[in-house]
Amino acid sequence: MTTERKIRLTVNGKAYESLVPVRMTLVDFLRGELDLTGTHVGCEHGVCGACTILVDGSAMRSCLMLAVQADGANLMTVEGLAEGPELHPLQRAFQRNHALQCGFCTPGLLMTAYEFLRDTSSPTEEQVREGISGNICRCTGYAPIVQAILDVSQEAG
Amino acid sequence: MKPARFDYYSPDSPNEALELLGQYGDDAKILAGGQSLMPMMNMRLVRPKVVIDINRIAGLSHISPRPDGGLAVGAMTRQRELERSALVLETAPLLSLAIPYIGHFQIRNRGTVGGSLAHSDPAAEIPAVCLTLDTEFELASSAGERTVKAEDFFLNHLTTALEPAELLTQIRIPQTVGNWRWGFQEVCRRDGDFALVGAATMLRLDDRGICLESRITAFGAGGTPMRMNAAENHLSGSSVNADDRSEAARLVSDALDPISDIHASAKYRQDVAGVMVRRALEQALLPMEGEDAA
Repeated sequence: MTTERKIRLTVNGKAYESLVPVRMTLVDFLRGELDLTGTHVGCEHGVCGACTILVDGSAMRSCLMLAVQADGANLMTVEGLAEGPELHPLQRAFQRNHALQCGFCTPGLLMTAYEFLRDTSSPTEEQVREGISGNICRCTGYAPIVQAILDVSQEAG
Repeated sequence: MKPARFDYYSPDSPNEALELLGQYGDDAKILAGGQSLMPMMNMRLVRPKVVIDINRIAGLSHISPRPDGGLAVGAMTRQRELERSALVLETAPLLSLAIPYIGHFQIRNRGTVGGSLAHSDPAAEIPAVCLTLDTEFELASSAGERTVKAEDFFLNHLTTALEPAELLTQIRIPQTVGNWRWGFQEVCRRDGDFALVGAATMLRLDDRGICLESRITAFGAGGTPMRMNAAENHLSGSSVNADDRSEAARLVSDALDPISDIHASAKYRQDVAGVMVRRALEQALLPMEGEDAA
């Protein structure tokens, strides 16, 4: 039986090697094994977006991947956004615009916005709303989140 | 841990995968993009004894032109790659139009063409498009290969012509350019949700605007996507004017016998399928880039 596997991967620039049960999801591995609890785990079936991380540069649901599938991959989680004490422009914009209340959805939204802005540097409000439609927030009503993402695009533009 | 226990294999070659499938058959599940299988495993609606992860197999992910002008797409091609492909836009524009309706971009980053087809959700976009484009599916097993047409592939709710030991490796999409026009419409509650119901259409018109060939598919309105033969026949030879389009919509609604569920009633699906067809036909007739509005 192949019920455990050794994996090697890079998370936020740091190399890890670990023996994982094959049925462990990637988000449980990040949180439980690597203690990177910034990534949140919500619905665990790909609907809420809280667990969104970058896998080889693309935003994906880490609850819909097995940890073994990340063998050899280069991951970026919300912990990889800030450079030391210096917050990422997205994080600063979220703070400035009050784009979070309870904070549960925030890591997934930040990672989603990270790829979204890389692909769409000067988005319209409608494009931002569509871009974050795969992330559920139950506090803010989305308006400040949309504003924060638009702010970053205008700063950069 | 969310999924029940399973034995995990990640073969490097198609042959290795086929050998495993031959050995485990019904006890095994192929893991492609995992955007449908993983939720079902996390909720333990599915408890495969064996998971065969085909993400490590080289050569199953490609978008390539075929000598006849059509397109060959590897089963493990991510939906996002299709969305960004100039070749798909050029050769199978209906597919380019439909892809952004699939889930959210994070889902399309991981979800695959073959996974969507093999899973065959009745509300899914890629099966509906493949049925409309007369796509052919290449299935392989350790016993050999065979080709199945889209019309013979989708059998029922989440059920396809794939045998337990077979793997979908590639699809072949005939080209639909020149005097073809296309439309795709669906209705859902929010961006990225499953379609409550939808429609795809292809129309081939002559220089005078007379319809030489029409294809109409309704999806989310039965166990599989369905070609709407009565409406197609009605449009062939017509000028697809407003009356023709309304009649096609009526014929579609009449032909359907959808189910009611928590998301929508049968009556809603039946009526709105007709509306989606009418709108898809209108969309297909819009002037294309570089054309004068008629």
